[in-house]
Amino acid sequence: MALIATSAAACGSDDKKSTDAGASKTSGVTLKYWASNQGTSLDNDKETLTPELAKFTQQTGIKVELEVVGWPDLLNRILAATTSGQGPDVLNIGNTWSASLQATGAFLPFDDGNLAKVGGKDRFLGPSLAATGAAGQPPAAVPLYGNAYALYYNKKLFKAAGIDKPPATWTELVADGKKLTHGDQWGLTLQAGQVTENAHHASILGAQQGAELFDSAGKPHLSSPQEVAAVKQYVDLMAVDKIVNPSNAEYTDTAKSLKDMADGKAAMFMNQSSSGSFKLAGMNMDDLGVAPIPLPDPAPAGGRKVNSFVAGINLAVFKNSKNTDAALQLVKFLTSDEEQKVLNKTYGSLPTVTGAYSDPAFQDEATKVFQGVLSSTAEPMPQVPQESQYETAIGGALKSIFADAAAGKAITADAIKSKLDAADQQVAAAG
Amino acid sequence: MASVISMKRDAEPDAVRPGRDAKPKRRRPQLLPYLLLAPAFLLELLIHLGPMLIGVGMSFLKLTQFFIRNWSAAPGAGFDNYKLALEFDAPVGAALLHSFWITLGYTLLSVGLSWLIGTTAAVLMQSTFRGKGTLRAFFLVPYALPMYAAVITWSFMLQRDNGLVNHLLGTDLHLVGTGQDAPFWLIGGNSFYSLVLVSVWRSWPFAFLILMAGLQNIPMDLYEAASIDGASWMRQLRSVTLPLLQPVNQVLVLVLFLWTFNDFNTPYVLFGRSAPTQADLISIHIYQSSFITWNFGSGAAMSVLLLLFLLLVTAGYLLVNARRRKHV
Repeated sequence: MALIATSAAACGSDDKKSTDAGASKTSGVTLKYWASNQGTSLDNDKETLTPELAKFTQQTGIKVELEVVGWPDLLNRILAATTSGQGPDVLNIGNTWSASLQATGAFLPFDDGNLAKVGGKDRFLGPSLAATGAAGQPPAAVPLYGNAYALYYNKKLFKAAGIDKPPATWTELVADGKKLTHGDQWGLTLQAGQVTENAHHASILGAQQGAELFDSAGKPHLSSPQEVAAVKQYVDLMAVDKIVNPSNAEYTDTAKSLKDMADGKAAMFMNQSSSGSFKLAGMNMDDLGVAPIPLPDPAPAGGRKVNSFVAGINLAVFKNSKNTDAALQLVKFLTSDEEQKVLNKTYGSLPTVTGAYSDPAFQDEATKVFQGVLSSTAEPMPQVPQESQYETAIGGALKSIFADAAAGKAITADAIKSKLDAADQQVAAAG
Repeated sequence: MASVISMKRDAEPDAVRPGRDAKPKRRRPQLLPYLLLAPAFLLELLIHLGPMLIGVGMSFLKLTQFFIRNWSAAPGAGFDNYKLALEFDAPVGAALLHSFWITLGYTLLSVGLSWLIGTTAAVLMQSTFRGKGTLRAFFLVPYALPMYAAVITWSFMLQRDNGLVNHLLGTDLHLVGTGQDAPFWLIGGNSFYSLVLVSVWRSWPFAFLILMAGLQNIPMDLYEAASIDGASWMRQLRSVTLPLLQPVNQVLVLVLFLWTFNDFNTPYVLFGRSAPTQADLISIHIYQSSFITWNFGSGAAMSVLLLLFLLLVTAGYLLVNARRRKHV
């Protein structure tokens, strides 16, 4: 390992002397790139990326061997690569994994020198760049595709219920939801059985209530009164307000919620930018509206104006790569304004560099909503090494609370507190 | 599957023979057989024992995400991982213990029912009737189906709103509520019974197959002699069939127990990566508390504990059976 580190350092110092020499030296190198699944299928991703990577090869002489890795495998593959030291040169990671993977030391830190090589820190969208590792450490990755949560709603059902605009506050959301719930139609659909989704919403609503899930020493505080209030607010949609079908407690993937929206069985759905998936589910896209997730009204003391976490995909360089220079050139290429426009347009995600937003493709109504949320009211998930333990513990706790709610049990603040206490101790014990 | 039985039957005399033969012959030890066996033996050690030992080693390390890149840097944990798993007052230990009891209940129910249904079907299929072959093939379908496809189908059928089970029990038979009163099968308390149901459905054909093969080996003379003595069908079952199936049952129950106790696939496909508390089987639980949370040392310790428990059960079971056989 020490050997590789010195050779990487050697390359780095060479490069500082003359970038031209560096470019010619990397020509002819072959990089291995693991891309995450952003399109409708692995093949679709391959079709999207291949011509773009060909452009890169043409410009730099560096060849890229592309492999698209599906989400169920990606983290396992990264862990295996980390353990064995045999991995790709450049890879995509879910941005919530950044701090956890940063702790493994598997990735090349983007210190100021490395950031300068990919065009500098200031090109990137602030919130997205904040979701690339623990505070006070050089980023473990740079943002590649941006995303955020927003509230999708069915305009036709809203009109039929006599509602003329999407809810802006939590009170309005509940009131609208009640008007929209009748027969086999429900106000809102939730992926209440999905651990990761539950964890995301627990963070977003927790921030609205003013919860700090981890203190500066990295100690978890999952059962603070604010977080209990946030979870109660979320579960009450099903348990008290009864605007969510109790069956949603069984929903372990997005597909069922998308289908409910497409079939008109649910009028609202809080999700990341997903127009492609809506189309596939058979949604009439003219009926689909997008608005930011509502905020509590009045704002709770200490509450933050947050209605999404900073979602997205980051781009990392494997520390064991023997071609760090070439790898950084690929990072620079993929985060260039031009490529950001092309790729995010295709995938329906948001550019992570400010320079790309001038493109008319990112000026439509829906994208503007997501962009507004991402750039101004989104907060990164806790950037701590225990992030993945945190998601598992709190997401699992919410799943079981929803199961109780679906079974008709009353969900009290005390019941929530005891589940969150257990989750808190699990995270603390693991860390 | 029949080979399991024939192996079992053959194994006994084989195991006894060398001991008896060794004394009178006293030949020079031959090297060649051992040399020929060596590669297989070494590979066996490498493939089976190697990972197991590494797992045991891991259980004594504080192997979290901070150290997976360089295992040698992981600090020793001593017995901390075991302490964490066995401290039943703290949440981690309590959850593991809870999961252990759930798994034990699940295993006993599933193995018991699979055995009962398998035996009943095998005994009833003894007599000759038309369509016997077809029925036998039909019985084996759950065993032959690819596991994933079968269990995912069950998970569709057990869904509350659109599932076949609620449609049949509620809309058609009026045994359970419908619409918003319909029961859940994949979350809450019922999820345990759903899991047992799917598990029994999957494993009884195996019991059936093994027992049917075992029945073929019972000499017909015994039944004829019993009939002449005036033994009823029930009496024949009790005094001839079941005692002679004993050696087969012994292996069958053990194998079913180990498979079911360790079952990962059924709950994973049925519930996804986070099972409901009421159906939190131990293999999923360990996966959750180690792989998903990147705490490999703790997961390894839990796995070692599981291994020790199963080893203990197996050894105890074989010992009791061996003693019983001696007494017979």
